[in-house]
Amino acid sequence: MITKRIIPCLDVKNGRVVKGVNFEGLSDVSSPIELAKFYSNCGADELVFYDITASFEERQLFTDILRDVASQIFIPLTVGGGINTIEDFDRVLKCGADKVSVNTGAIKNPDLIKEAAKKYGDQCVVISSDVKRVDGEFRVFAKGGRQDTGMEAISWIRRCVENGAGEVVLNSIDTDGVKGGFDLEMLDAVCSAVNVPVIASGGAGKKEDFVELFQKIPTVSAGLAASIFHFGEVEIKDLKNTLRENGIIVR
Amino acid sequence: MTAIVDYGVGNLFSLYSSLKMVGENVIVTSSEEELKSADRIILPGVGAFGDAALKLRETGLDKVVIEEAQKGKPLMGICLGMQLLFDKGFEYGEHNGLSLIKGNVVPMKGYIDDNLQVPHIGWNALIFKNNENGIHPIFKYINEGDCVYFVHSYYATDCNENLIATAEYSKELTAAVANGNIIGCQFHPEKSGEVGMNILKAFCELS
Repeated sequence: MITKRIIPCLDVKNGRVVKGVNFEGLSDVSSPIELAKFYSNCGADELVFYDITASFEERQLFTDILRDVASQIFIPLTVGGGINTIEDFDRVLKCGADKVSVNTGAIKNPDLIKEAAKKYGDQCVVISSDVKRVDGEFRVFAKGGRQDTGMEAISWIRRCVENGAGEVVLNSIDTDGVKGGFDLEMLDAVCSAVNVPVIASGGAGKKEDFVELFQKIPTVSAGLAASIFHFGEVEIKDLKNTLRENGIIVR
Repeated sequence: MTAIVDYGVGNLFSLYSSLKMVGENVIVTSSEEELKSADRIILPGVGAFGDAALKLRETGLDKVVIEEAQKGKPLMGICLGMQLLFDKGFEYGEHNGLSLIKGNVVPMKGYIDDNLQVPHIGWNALIFKNNENGIHPIFKYINEGDCVYFVHSYYATDCNENLIATAEYSKELTAAVANGNIIGCQFHPEKSGEVGMNILKAFCELS
């Protein structure tokens, strides 16, 4: 049976992983390559890299680093951040990314997903959505969660999947950073609306949150988190053992 | 030396890097001479069956791959590259494959349970098949139950005699096949971490 995936997310700026990391035995805690290797050895099923830079020069640096990571780490790599055009897809895929995640780029140009899926295949295109409750409905936010687009989230995500997105990352702004568990209500709504893998993001604070996620929403494919892994609050090996003890199938 | 066939389909960077990682001398090539002089050949592939089969024929490399495989040179097809080894593919129409392994490639939809997602994406455990006389040499460094990374919507069927591994997704799906020196992996060894590296390492020891 297919296993549930655990995915650490790394934000990269100026060629370094930001959001402070604290690991014993890592010579350089903000080196994307060192961290990627560390996570890969710990049993991470996949890695997500977010490019949070803006300038052209920094973007070049990001792709150089991506290339280094992809030449040494052999698990699936997803890249997001600053993906607005087909050329952006091309740029990161050439450097070894397996999947490309779009958010604001798809909001600005809904045809982007269609074009990319046609050119690279559905499996390559991930719609990443920042969603928050506004006036009793789920609303899509753009620009890193700062701008309310006014669009209802479930129909937006469904449309992205119809256009060819092969996977959905659902980041709940309401639970993000709270560490009180994933947004089960929102995840349930999205999982019932689409028939592609859904990755839960936002809210994990402890191992039990992942157990609850996979037990309550069995159709969720993966759990994604950043700081709890980076700060060592949850260790992936340990997390997988706990999931296994609770009857959840993991690698 | 192992040659990766470059016929304009997909990104070969990870595959190239993973073979380097296991210490193999590797080239990415579309040259007939280089494929002929290589010790082993890998046929990669992503995208749709028909497009890929057409591209391979347009380059003329289909003939080289078939000839070399029939001479006994180890050949490994990966993902769509594995699917191309079969007789026919039924993805957006009906297309001829290389007929190096008996069987056809058909949609997963309608075969697996309706509530399961297609594509079959993620890590799944290998179940060894036809291993009464020992496991296949490409699995010599791994164990049954080890997980590998899959991404596909079509699967190979009618290939029981050449089946060497399956993965369970409500039904057992073809994960790997072998017909003598000709091997196919539906999963991506180059994305399957240590297990994948060990499969590639074992392949690179074949001659």
